[in-house]
Amino acid sequence: MNTTIATATRTPVLAARRLVKTYGHVIGLDGVDLELYAGEVLAIIGDNGAGKTTLIKCLTGAEIPDEGELELDGKPVRFRRPQDAREAGIETVYQSLAVSPALDVAANMFLGREVRRSGALGSVLRMVDTKQMRARARAELTELGITTLQDVTVPIENLSGGQRQAVAVARAAAFGSKVVVLDEPTAALGVRESNQVLDLIKRLRDRGVPVILISHNMPHVFEVADRIHVQRLGKRAATITPQSHSMTDAVAIMTGAMKG
Amino acid sequence: MTTVRAILHRYPAVSPAIVLVVSVIVFGLINGRFLAPTNLSLITQQVAVIGALGIAETLVILTAGIDLSVGSAMVLSSIVIGNAATGMGMPGPVALLVGLAVGLATGVLNGLLVTRLNLPPFIVTLGTLSIFTALTLLVSSGATVQGDAMPSILTWTGLTVSVLGVDITYGVLITLLLYVVVSFALARTAWGRHVYAAGDDKEAARLTGIRVSGVLLSVYLVAGAIVGITAWIQIGRDFGASPNAATDANLSVITAVVIGGTSLFGGRGNVWGTLLGALIVGVFRNGLALAGLDVLYQTLAVGILVIVAVSIDQWIRKVRK
Repeated sequence: MNTTIATATRTPVLAARRLVKTYGHVIGLDGVDLELYAGEVLAIIGDNGAGKTTLIKCLTGAEIPDEGELELDGKPVRFRRPQDAREAGIETVYQSLAVSPALDVAANMFLGREVRRSGALGSVLRMVDTKQMRARARAELTELGITTLQDVTVPIENLSGGQRQAVAVARAAAFGSKVVVLDEPTAALGVRESNQVLDLIKRLRDRGVPVILISHNMPHVFEVADRIHVQRLGKRAATITPQSHSMTDAVAIMTGAMKG
Repeated sequence: MTTVRAILHRYPAVSPAIVLVVSVIVFGLINGRFLAPTNLSLITQQVAVIGALGIAETLVILTAGIDLSVGSAMVLSSIVIGNAATGMGMPGPVALLVGLAVGLATGVLNGLLVTRLNLPPFIVTLGTLSIFTALTLLVSSGATVQGDAMPSILTWTGLTVSVLGVDITYGVLITLLLYVVVSFALARTAWGRHVYAAGDDKEAARLTGIRVSGVLLSVYLVAGAIVGITAWIQIGRDFGASPNAATDANLSVITAVVIGGTSLFGGRGNVWGTLLGALIVGVFRNGLALAGLDVLYQTLAVGILVIVAVSIDQWIRKVRK
């Protein structure tokens, strides 16, 4: 297991301080703190309504927190839109994957940030450099060890669920991202495909990209997470590790049966 | 069978291409005059207007929308051109620019209603179809502007050049040029990919950072520009601008797009399929007429073609997992 467990002396890559988010009378987040360190997988678990989704939305610019601060590499940041977070280096893999089924693998990986041809073909005719994007897509998939997906000209709709997930993760990892956020990446997958995605998460971490993983699946969380942030009633109930606590403990903290 | 389906799925223009080639051979065998240069020239002229409007319609349908108003918007533009040049005495080029501006404006109106008010394109264009038709009658007072009353530049699109012994009008050449330009933009630019992505899965496109409403608005804008250009082609073809011209254009255009393999669900298809679709309809109508069949059988055949084309599209789409 990875032993880069966080210490208070290191600067987190991404930190949230006392985040508050209310929807009318409903309190989504009630002063949440979160730290994500370089080279770790931080899992976020919690019961429905504990504020997992709201927390992630605040981290990725999909929601604006009412109070509290975000810091990226120790510097304060504010995200008003998802694009702001993406430009700052926070890539999100949504549960829906946000892929375009009829477009091929390479086109999907570069969707919204296509590479143009050099010279007049690119600047005047605005031609995209399909060859370069395909080569870079292939290189990225190879580097992530995604061997089941070598033809980047296949439309996404011809891929299996796990392969689609791999494309979405590779896209998130491909653009020099600082942080990758994965929302329930194994929820729709079978056993074998889930394992492939978990391996992918580990490889991402080994490349030094810290990962935030939201999951309901305790065995998956305990397999890949270095630390586990337990969210309960809009607050962080505890941060535990797979070594310090058992799955039963984690569930007990989630439900409030045990103090973190 | 699954390989056939996979190929058709990847290259949706293959099936209309086969239909076109087979129908040309069959009609050529039935009546020798079908393949005569004068007849082929006639078919291209008959197809030019629907073909050009088909580009606009394809763009809208690729975004999972529909435009019921392209035909009436085109007639409105042509009537404006005709009346600006004759009744208001504008020079030909100015009248043409005014007509192009009207075409563009019809697209902007549709686009703003779809993107700003978030109305379904079907409803928006159903409404603007009536509005454009009413404006056409208001502007024209129901009267046709004859071609010989107009400056010659406005009917230039009806003049012909000989290409390999077949007389081709400039209108047909403009239509082909529009196909080249738009197919390039769709296949080779980021804008084109965003059009497909917006039609394929709107939410996914938004999450990847594409400004979907901007893409949609640009599509209606381009469609409007094409409508304006087509009005010019129409004036050359009919040698005049009539408020009663091309009454069946709105639906014929959708027919051409559907036969051409572009999916009404958005995100798949291309303009070349639409050109094939427009040609198939033109070839069927012309070929059946030459075979001595009544016009009602042409309409019947087109109806069958549409249903067959959509059935094939559904069957092809079953490849999806």
